[in-house]
Amino acid sequence: MSDSLNYFRQNRLPHIWCPGCGHGTVTGALTRALAKLGIDKNNVAVVSGIGCSSRAPGYLDFDTLHTAHGRALAFATGIKLSRPDLKVIVMTGDGDCTAIGGNHFIHAARRNIDITTIVMNNSIYGMTSGQYSPMTPTGLLGTTAPYGNIERPFDLTKLAIASGATYVGRSTSYHVQLLGELIEKALLNKGFSVVEAVVGCPTYFGRKNKLGGAVEMFEWQKDHAVNAKAAAVMAPEKLEGKFLIGELYNQAAPEFTAEYAALVDGVRRKYDNFQGGVRECAQNSD
Amino acid sequence: MPNAKLMQGNEACTLGALAAGLKFYAGYPITPSTEIAEMCAEELPKIGGKFIQMEDEIGSIAAIIGASLTGRKSMTATSGPGFSLMQELVGYSSITEVPIVIINVQRVGPSTGMPTSLAQGDVMQARWGTHGDHPVVVLAPGNVKECFELTVKAFNIAEEYRVPVIVLTDEVIGHMREKVVLPDQRQIVVSNRAAPSTPAGYLPYKADQDGGVPLMAPFGAGYRWHVTGLSHDETGFPTNKGEVAGNLITRLMRKVEKAEPIIRDYATEATDDCDVLVVAFGSSAMSATSAVRQARAKGVKAGLFRPKTIWPFPEEPLKEIASRAKRVIVPEMNLGQLVLEIERLVAGKAPVERLGKVNCELFRPEEILAAIMGGSK
Repeated sequence: MSDSLNYFRQNRLPHIWCPGCGHGTVTGALTRALAKLGIDKNNVAVVSGIGCSSRAPGYLDFDTLHTAHGRALAFATGIKLSRPDLKVIVMTGDGDCTAIGGNHFIHAARRNIDITTIVMNNSIYGMTSGQYSPMTPTGLLGTTAPYGNIERPFDLTKLAIASGATYVGRSTSYHVQLLGELIEKALLNKGFSVVEAVVGCPTYFGRKNKLGGAVEMFEWQKDHAVNAKAAAVMAPEKLEGKFLIGELYNQAAPEFTAEYAALVDGVRRKYDNFQGGVRECAQNSD
Repeated sequence: MPNAKLMQGNEACTLGALAAGLKFYAGYPITPSTEIAEMCAEELPKIGGKFIQMEDEIGSIAAIIGASLTGRKSMTATSGPGFSLMQELVGYSSITEVPIVIINVQRVGPSTGMPTSLAQGDVMQARWGTHGDHPVVVLAPGNVKECFELTVKAFNIAEEYRVPVIVLTDEVIGHMREKVVLPDQRQIVVSNRAAPSTPAGYLPYKADQDGGVPLMAPFGAGYRWHVTGLSHDETGFPTNKGEVAGNLITRLMRKVEKAEPIIRDYATEATDDCDVLVVAFGSSAMSATSAVRQARAKGVKAGLFRPKTIWPFPEEPLKEIASRAKRVIVPEMNLGQLVLEIERLVAGKAPVERLGKVNCELFRPEEILAAIMGGSK
């Protein structure tokens, strides 16, 4: 425990999250995974967008970057390409990542850039007090879906896999042990990794949808999550209304910054007399 | 002349950026700026730099801010529609004081407009495109050589004052080819951001309240500092105190106000005794230069003031020259943007005449000459 506490800016605590919110649980799981891997905190950059979950980096003792809504992955791409030796982690939410940031998400996955993305999915825009998001289940309520959400939600893990992510998993703030294991494996994956953490938002999502308080929302997670391994041998009707947790995809592919480094090596070998500054290469004579 | 080359403005901007120490480029293809991205894609790997084509312009400016935070000099290039998309993060660069350079090769707008045609319609967007009071510096090259020089200058200003700097060129300057004699790299003055010497006690936004520039630590060097677009105090963490937020905005604005006499850059022609003062920038100034010379040949005392820093505007030099003029004419490829600043500075001491043009064709010198002669009848 003390190891993971070392990754917090303890003078920035207590955090702003509501009682029963899962974001603190996810942040704790991340720090424990980092501690278990013994990652040097001077070698980490944590990037977030805007929203409740995106406040997490402020509490963490790394170089931390709280950016604009939806843009965390684009900033993180700049950091990672510039400094491939840094461990770059993005902490984001369902709205930040899949609505306003959806384009950056699919392209970061497509490039398979070595960034670990932790998406805290509370199915609602909490910071702006309860509007429906692209991951609000159909039929449920938000302040902007007062008659029920008629849109269909993303399955973020399928989106990530289809877009090219090389490590994808899902857990919940109830299944904390599993969540930590998935984050640990995501951190070890050399490529774009996505861990979706299903979390409760008792204040807005829970209250609006009469789902009860924090305890009831944890119970909902427990009752509706099915481990992917168990699900593989279950009848389809038994999976109705459930969602899968566990490791959902893990397959290596060329990583973007490594490919770029190889490109640079090749180009520099070819132009090894090039001194920088103005163009001196025969290929570039006008 | 070993370094004499025929090159276009976009090429000169890229070479200027490389000479200033560019190490990271992120961009999205858009006419008429794309040659800059193409050249960066080719050149940066040769010097161990990085290039990435992002998924859009918002991602592009985000990526260069991220890269700049790691200590690499970073830039993007775009044109009107892409520049509009970048605006939110221009403000992010301003408030977080992360140095970036944006080359905006202007084209006809609004919206998609005419991608391959000339306009200078982004004068106000460059200054006020993002929301809130914010510091920004805008430089306007008047020829290909100045594309090189002012891009070097843009990086130096960005580094010294930790502000976003926009190089505002246009379709004609960007694509026009001229012979340019490049300076020797050793003669180019290059600035680098001031860095702290130790993480101990580092306060990332501590600065003299009257426009001071804080020391900037790179990410990944053990400083473990926090950057946010929220209003923040000198620790870098968000604040809800109105006074602290107000002090931050005031200091950010003062940075550029204080810098103006130092960074100001302009050219004049025949202004010592001019009755008719023409104020023009960018490609319009090329036509204006010719018009002023033709007017002089006809015996009319015309002069030209050509700002190269347009935001902040070189106020005192213009006021001093304009104080002797009987008329001021402002030709620009829009329906009246920079002229608003000229009217403010001349403050009624001489009539200021607008000469706006939006038919996508560069001013012919005769058009400006006619305006000069028109009032002299």
